[in-house]
Amino acid sequence: MLLPSRFSRMLEVVSAMIMDLLGIPPQVLFGQLLIGLINGAFYALLSLGLAVIFGMMNVINFTHGAQYMLGAFVTWMLLAYLGIGYWAALVLAPIVVGLFGIVIERTMLKRLYHLDHLYGLLLTFGIALIVEGMFRYWYGVSGQRYAIPAELTGGYLLSFMFLPTYRAWVLVVSIVVCFGTWYAIERTRLGAYLRAATENPTLVRAFGINVPLMITLTYGFGVALAGIAGVLAAPIYQLTPLMGQNLIIVVFAVVVIGGMGSILGAIITGYALGLLEGLTKVFYPEAANIVIFVVMAVVLLIRPAGLFGREK
Amino acid sequence: MTATSETAERVETGAGAADAAAAGRPSMSLAKKLGWAVAIVAVPLLVVAPHYFYPVFLMKALCFALFASAFNLLLGFGGLLSFGHAAFFGGAAYVSAHAAKVWGLPYELAVLMGAVTGFGLGLVFGAIAIRRQGIYFAMVTLALAQMVYFLALQLPFTGGEDGIQHVPRGVFLGVIDLNDNLNLYYVTLGIFLAAFWLIYRTVHSPYGRVLKAIRENEPRAISLGYDVDRFKLIAFVLSATLAGLAGGMKAIVFQLASLTDVDWHMSGEVVLMTLLGGMGTIFGPAVGAVLVVTLQNYLARIDIPVPVIIGAIFVVCVLLFRRGIVGELEALLKPRRR
Repeated sequence: MLLPSRFSRMLEVVSAMIMDLLGIPPQVLFGQLLIGLINGAFYALLSLGLAVIFGMMNVINFTHGAQYMLGAFVTWMLLAYLGIGYWAALVLAPIVVGLFGIVIERTMLKRLYHLDHLYGLLLTFGIALIVEGMFRYWYGVSGQRYAIPAELTGGYLLSFMFLPTYRAWVLVVSIVVCFGTWYAIERTRLGAYLRAATENPTLVRAFGINVPLMITLTYGFGVALAGIAGVLAAPIYQLTPLMGQNLIIVVFAVVVIGGMGSILGAIITGYALGLLEGLTKVFYPEAANIVIFVVMAVVLLIRPAGLFGREK
Repeated sequence: MTATSETAERVETGAGAADAAAAGRPSMSLAKKLGWAVAIVAVPLLVVAPHYFYPVFLMKALCFALFASAFNLLLGFGGLLSFGHAAFFGGAAYVSAHAAKVWGLPYELAVLMGAVTGFGLGLVFGAIAIRRQGIYFAMVTLALAQMVYFLALQLPFTGGEDGIQHVPRGVFLGVIDLNDNLNLYYVTLGIFLAAFWLIYRTVHSPYGRVLKAIRENEPRAISLGYDVDRFKLIAFVLSATLAGLAGGMKAIVFQLASLTDVDWHMSGEVVLMTLLGGMGTIFGPAVGAVLVVTLQNYLARIDIPVPVIIGAIFVVCVLLFRRGIVGELEALLKPRRR
């Protein structure tokens, strides 16, 4: 891809400045920032799903990591067993995973709403162990391969870095889905019902709206978001049964930092922390794994409700 | 926010302070009598047990029983669900192993170092985590513990993926050779009983009463003038210290400190032990720990992966069996009121 010449000149100057000032080749810096941004795209999608579920049901969905893994595995299975490719999987896999979530909600989670919310956490934790354990039993830990779809291979050679097409695609999908969700919840009539039901379910039921159904669908939708993240991850991340379990803890930290109250907060925090992690990899690689947890501790000390949260 | 539903559930489970208060003195002394009865039966059994069972297995069960009991102090009596107790257990295991192997400290000091590690980590974690409640508390402790996991993976003294192996058991108080399994068993048992007694005394002290009151109704405890955060922090630190003690003991018994000890599955396991045995009961977590450890021992030979079984028990416990084994027994023994 050719950039307008003046813009690319400018980038070259900036690149040279980065090299002089920081002593780091700009390719390395931007490369890591891109990886950070991609990670951030996944953090945003996953924490958005958690926030949607939590906002409606007050349940922390510990199965979220397993459902992300399921999304990736369903994508792989569709191709391996049924010959269904990436583009169809992009729609089918989230639906399958979402249905799985709906079954969980209808058969188990539903029974726990009148109890302390901690039981929801414990139940979903148990389900995550079962799902991940079974997939590990069936497929081992070595990981499967899933090729990047032909339309999205290759990349753009920019003057300061190489941008693989698929990574750009992940970013675009993530942004579209995140803001689509935000719009649906904050700006549409259905979203208004949803928010009303969060505030006062009894009153909303009195208006003739089927709140239990809404709760079920909300859970299914939140889980489907994890499924979408899984499909996006299948071609670029290690496709193993355990791919979700460490990621989900980072996402929990992201959620605590952003504060659960806000949809937009979850999205922004996800991207920002992904970038921060990328930056840390450039300047102090040893701390890259823990930087998000450190940020969480600091945020809790300064603003216990989280950056975008409201203290209830 | 969640206070009302919490209270409803806890009163329903019936093992809490509200019950004892409602029943007045007779029920309290009944609980006490039961406690003594269990102790009188259990202690001699524990003393003769190593002649019938493999001592290392029994020691593992004791370490986890202490770990779960320490955890229960926080969850069962303080109402705080920590999902990061592996950090105290595993962090202490590393420090104790390092102290015994590299610094050459004797058994008692090495284990003490483990408890001190638990104390220090507990103080830091507690100060951060008690700023949030309920679900957030669980997530914050989980995230902080994951930080300890990554530190254990990366710090030079922990041996990365290998962990610290071949930790010498040493000599207890300069007299008792701990390389003999039976000797180590009795030392472990002694420490376990002492720590268990400490937990029992804490729960039944005025401090324990206030802690339960905070669990039942935090706003009311505040309005009565209690410094709620301080009470919670003390419970957290005490729980972490004892979890550290258990971790240190475990490291010496197995002569190994590894990433398994700090992994978040360990945090989940201790929750399960407590839930299965009965949270908020004195003996429940120990019973749950023994059951889970036994189960893991036998399941290792079966084809079905252990996490699946653990997960299934979790689901069953949460859906059908929230009082746990000891909790159900207590409910059966207690005369029905109302």
